[in-house]
Amino acid sequence: MITKIKDLIITHISEQAIVRIEEEHLQPTLVVDADNLVKIAYFLRDTEGCYFDFLSNISAVDYHPDNRFAVVYHLASIPYQTQLILKVEMENDRRLDSLPEVPSVAAVWRTADWHEREAFDLMGIFFTGHPDLRRILLPDDWQGYPLRKDYEDAETYHGIAIK
Amino acid sequence: MTPYTEGLENYKKKIAAITPQEMVINMGPQHPSTHGVLRLELITDGEVVREVIPHLGYLHRCFDKHAESLNYGKTIPFTDRLDYLSSMNNSHAFVMGVERMLKIENKLPKRVEYIRVLVCELNRIASHLIAIGTYGIDIGAFTPFMWCFRDREHIMNMLEWASGSRMLYNYIWIGGLFYDLPVGFESRCQEFVDYFKPKLVELDDLLSNNQIFISRTANIGALPADVAINYGCSGPMLRASGIKWDLRRVDGYSVYPELDFEIPIGKGEMGTLGDCWDRYKVRVDEVKESVKIIEQCLQRLQLDYKRTPDFDPRGLVPKKVNLKAQEYYIRAENPKGELGFHFVTQEKTDVPRRVKARGPSFNNLSVLPELGKGQLIADLIAILGSIDIVLGEVDR
Repeated sequence: MITKIKDLIITHISEQAIVRIEEEHLQPTLVVDADNLVKIAYFLRDTEGCYFDFLSNISAVDYHPDNRFAVVYHLASIPYQTQLILKVEMENDRRLDSLPEVPSVAAVWRTADWHEREAFDLMGIFFTGHPDLRRILLPDDWQGYPLRKDYEDAETYHGIAIK
Repeated sequence: MTPYTEGLENYKKKIAAITPQEMVINMGPQHPSTHGVLRLELITDGEVVREVIPHLGYLHRCFDKHAESLNYGKTIPFTDRLDYLSSMNNSHAFVMGVERMLKIENKLPKRVEYIRVLVCELNRIASHLIAIGTYGIDIGAFTPFMWCFRDREHIMNMLEWASGSRMLYNYIWIGGLFYDLPVGFESRCQEFVDYFKPKLVELDDLLSNNQIFISRTANIGALPADVAINYGCSGPMLRASGIKWDLRRVDGYSVYPELDFEIPIGKGEMGTLGDCWDRYKVRVDEVKESVKIIEQCLQRLQLDYKRTPDFDPRGLVPKKVNLKAQEYYIRAENPKGELGFHFVTQEKTDVPRRVKARGPSFNNLSVLPELGKGQLIADLIAILGSIDIVLGEVDR
């Protein structure tokens, strides 16, 4: 099924939209290009034969010690009862003033709104075009992104020793 | 202002720019009808809610971070604490994910699978009883709460007998179970089913068909099916909007394909399709279906898959979980909806690189700003109660 979807995307969007297919997992994953992500998302949601209308989950992954991050989208199609996994990868040097950037899909699936806020909050992925990108689980004044493997706990919080 | 703080600045501007006839009200975090520590910031115009801004994180216990510093077996007690009203279902989903990556899910003894389904369905009833009971309290009916808690207590006692703990069981292990069911559990469970069935009829008379309850819930907070799907709502929320979507049937995991049960959906009996009453009713019907599943499990556990002296519930429990580097997303039907775990494993270690829990309540709650817009404050409580959130899972 995943090769069929890959061919559909290549014919309707562009050859560059697909980076590769990861077959080594139990569920094959389609790695796509970040620039074409929103186009692919609309295409997968609205095309007959795909109808991936349900976004289950978005999770951000840190491939430390590589300077590489990934955002994984778990899609499901309610009419066809199928599943699809999309993945976007990006290089980043882990500096806190230049976060890895991915276009937001919150306009396509509203589920993405809170999931992207969570990925921004805990992993420091910046979703461009998100309607309301603030921290969701941690306090607004929190420093750093705790789910990154190179995160180190702060010594103090508001002058209170926390170690 | 960097682009990374732009969202926060915009939010502060919006709160500062309310008109003189509008007012900001904080509902929570210590408000009984938010079912835990949830803060809702309301922009109101008199009694009418103009906007709902939920603030989460008061119960954030870093599940993801814990899971990536412990091995798979040690994470199971943490999954119990996600949705602490349905711990069995959480650990079942987590354990299934690891078992599928280990490729041992087809080797499990049938007795283990039936016991898992039995305790999960008991836990599903307990969770729905809390949803129904506390929803009664939100609306102003106190008696159903007491009745539901009385019946739930029987389930808690039984599960305590099996696992040694009242709410956080750590009973389902990777490759098996902590222990076989205690001797006499099946007949005690059958007694409970016989006791519980007439109580469900009483509950319908007391609450479902109560005119005051219907006036407070029918036609309130109707959620159209397309909005529900777009917001990632699942479980009773999605089914109340008329979509027959139950992962127990769609994915057919464990022994659910061998069991006979219906998937109740909302029909808009008392008003609009997908209103608060429909969401309530779907839960009541699901309890009835769970009772049916439990009866079938008991029958098979007593006839086909009896306790034998050589049965070892820990026979397949691995000493060390050795996995190649891979990714896997497991989803399962929790009482609240689709619970998912996304595993990213590492080579040569039994500690995962990343585990992300997708809590159903987290997604179900995200639709509240959409549902609450333009409603009365009193109706907002009715809507929030009908979503049935557990903050342990929203904040993880």
